[in-house]
Amino acid sequence: MSEFVPKIMAFYCSNCATSAAKVSHGMSKTMPSNVHMIHVPCTGRIETLHLLKPFEEGADGVYVAGCQHDSCQYIGGIAKAEKRVLQVKKILEQLGIDPGRIEVFSLSAALGYRFVDIAWEMTEKIRRMGPASMSVNP
Amino acid sequence: MIVAEAKPISEILTMVKGLKKVLVLGCKGCVTVCNVGGAKEAGILASSIRIAGRKEGIMVDVGEHTLERQCDPEYIEEVKDIVPSYDAVVSIACGVGPQFLSERYPGAKVFPGVNTKFMGGAVAHGIWSERCAGCGTCVIHYFGGMCPIARCSKSLMNGPCGGSSHGKCEISKDVDCIWDMIVRKAMDQGRLNDLLEFRPPKSWTTARDGGPRRMIREELVK
Amino acid sequence: MSDYKAGSNLEKVLKAGKFAFTGECGPPQGANITKLKEKAAHLKGCVDAVNITDNQTAVVRMSSWAASLTVLQEGVEPNFQMVCRDRNRLAAQSDVLGVYSHGIRNMLCLSGDHQKFGNHPEAKNVFDIDSIQLINVVKTMRDEGKFMNGQEIDVPPKLFIGAASNPFAEPYEFRVFRLAKKIAAGADFIQTQCIYNMVRFRDFMKRVVDMGLHEKCYILAGVTPMKSVGMAQYMAKQVPGMDVPDSLIKRLKGAPKGKAAAEGIKMAVEQIQEFKEMPGVAGVHLMAIEWEHRVREIAELAGMLPRPVV
Ligand code: SF4
Ligand code: SF4
Repeated sequence: MSEFVPKIMAFYCSNCATSAAKVSHGMSKTMPSNVHMIHVPCTGRIETLHLLKPFEEGADGVYVAGCQHDSCQYIGGIAKAEKRVLQVKKILEQLGIDPGRIEVFSLSAALGYRFVDIAWEMTEKIRRMGPASMSVNP
Repeated sequence: MIVAEAKPISEILTMVKGLKKVLVLGCKGCVTVCNVGGAKEAGILASSIRIAGRKEGIMVDVGEHTLERQCDPEYIEEVKDIVPSYDAVVSIACGVGPQFLSERYPGAKVFPGVNTKFMGGAVAHGIWSERCAGCGTCVIHYFGGMCPIARCSKSLMNGPCGGSSHGKCEISKDVDCIWDMIVRKAMDQGRLNDLLEFRPPKSWTTARDGGPRRMIREELVK
Repeated sequence: MSDYKAGSNLEKVLKAGKFAFTGECGPPQGANITKLKEKAAHLKGCVDAVNITDNQTAVVRMSSWAASLTVLQEGVEPNFQMVCRDRNRLAAQSDVLGVYSHGIRNMLCLSGDHQKFGNHPEAKNVFDIDSIQLINVVKTMRDEGKFMNGQEIDVPPKLFIGAASNPFAEPYEFRVFRLAKKIAAGADFIQTQCIYNMVRFRDFMKRVVDMGLHEKCYILAGVTPMKSVGMAQYMAKQVPGMDVPDSLIKRLKGAPKGKAAAEGIKMAVEQIQEFKEMPGVAGVHLMAIEWEHRVREIAELAGMLPRPVV
């Protein structure tokens, strides 16, 4: 399975995570191409279902990158996201899927390199887990 | 409202195992209010069933629909055209919903998607608590407006048992002793005398003990 | 024509104004009654009656009426316990008739511990009537010769009716009123929860006497000797509605190695002697669970022997 490249969906918010992305871009670190990025105004707006849908469509991993608890513009957005990720972890566990396939990270604008590192770390972690689902025979 | 909780997904997956087309049917009544059986939860359950199928390499066709209420034949009628096209319906309404569905659609396989718990309300965000056991003859006016039948672990009618401790019931530190509350309220109001009167045994004829219940309001019957 | 309500030995002792002494014994968790007979032998002549518990702490044991009969056959008067947890009003009344017809003359009416902490937590409980209502049912059967539905009873069962009281449970202010309710409902005697906090119990008894309740009903103070420091700590922390003062635990801890049990017995004896002098207390109920063989020693030390013959 050495050539398995996990399909990963990342949700990131427009404030901290976006600045971090810019910083990391400035540092000319490259994002892994298998991570599909979705930009949201605030991670607090991501519903449980949004986090499940990627798995339904064949993703192998999902993560949310948001602000630090004290820097969320919309007050508590990241806390909400954490609760929903926890709920999805519980659902995945019940489905016999490793709950580590979904994670949530808090970033600050200053730590730009973390933004890219997380993408690589998730890719490596999920790669070791293998695919989340079997290829579908309709 | 009627308070319910989601069944473990594994239990639902066992019910729908091997089926190709499943309809998850929500209800906009009580179960929406207690965040267990509304449109949102129907979506999550449907998605979970699809993911579980996908994990095994099976594409399960999961439909989602949410009715105004599932305890009313009028609304149950709404899905008459879609129910027959599914192998099974998972109702996430309270226990009434799947039964109304089973009665209306005798050919359909109907599964309960939630565990119906009690009649109560939200005491805080995300916390619900029981209030009424539906005994059919309300007597809470004798107890300062609180119900010892539903809320005392032993349904005591004449005062707290010997296990009441720090306002909590002997069965758990998470359960309030309702008798402690009844007594304290009576004392605060200077009406302790009301509680000194002997409360005779209750007639359970109007409760479930009297057999399955039915109510007829002549003026409403068409 | 006797003017006894039931004519049990316990009733006679109390009515004669003697300081009563009752014991307690749990039926076996099986059909083997050898041990039960041994326990009865230990208690014989030491106590006026022996409580036979009814699936106590919601752990299944031989039925209390059956074990009561065994004890009776061994020459010890039983005090048949009944909990509302396991019986509806039909079963309760029929058991009352049954025990009476076999010569049982005392009965203790209880709500019963919730099954949650027993060995069948999955059970459905009954609680059709509560303990105070049960007291009233048994009294109505005895004094009016009527079932709950008003139907007449062919030979009414004449039982001496007991009830429990926990002076230490909360809400504390209500406890004496609850006791009064039990007496008004028909309790002839009361056995209290085991007492460790003598100061609080004295206070409770003062209220009982002030209200004149001790004149309407016999009050037996509950005593359970501590077997070890561990038991005392467990009672203090784990048993709801139990008040075990720190000073008591300290005293047990201070006993020489291996002598905690002896100290526990000494403390129980001192308590009994104190109760003998306490206004309103008509006797002691000794709950020496699985310590039946030491009851004689305690009775002797406390000057409770020989038991009066009335
Ligand atoms: S007394 Fe009966 S009807 Fe009234 S709240 Fe209690 S259980 Fe419900
Ligand atoms: S502790 Fe309170 S609520 Fe619990 S059984 Fe006793 S009286 Fe009822």
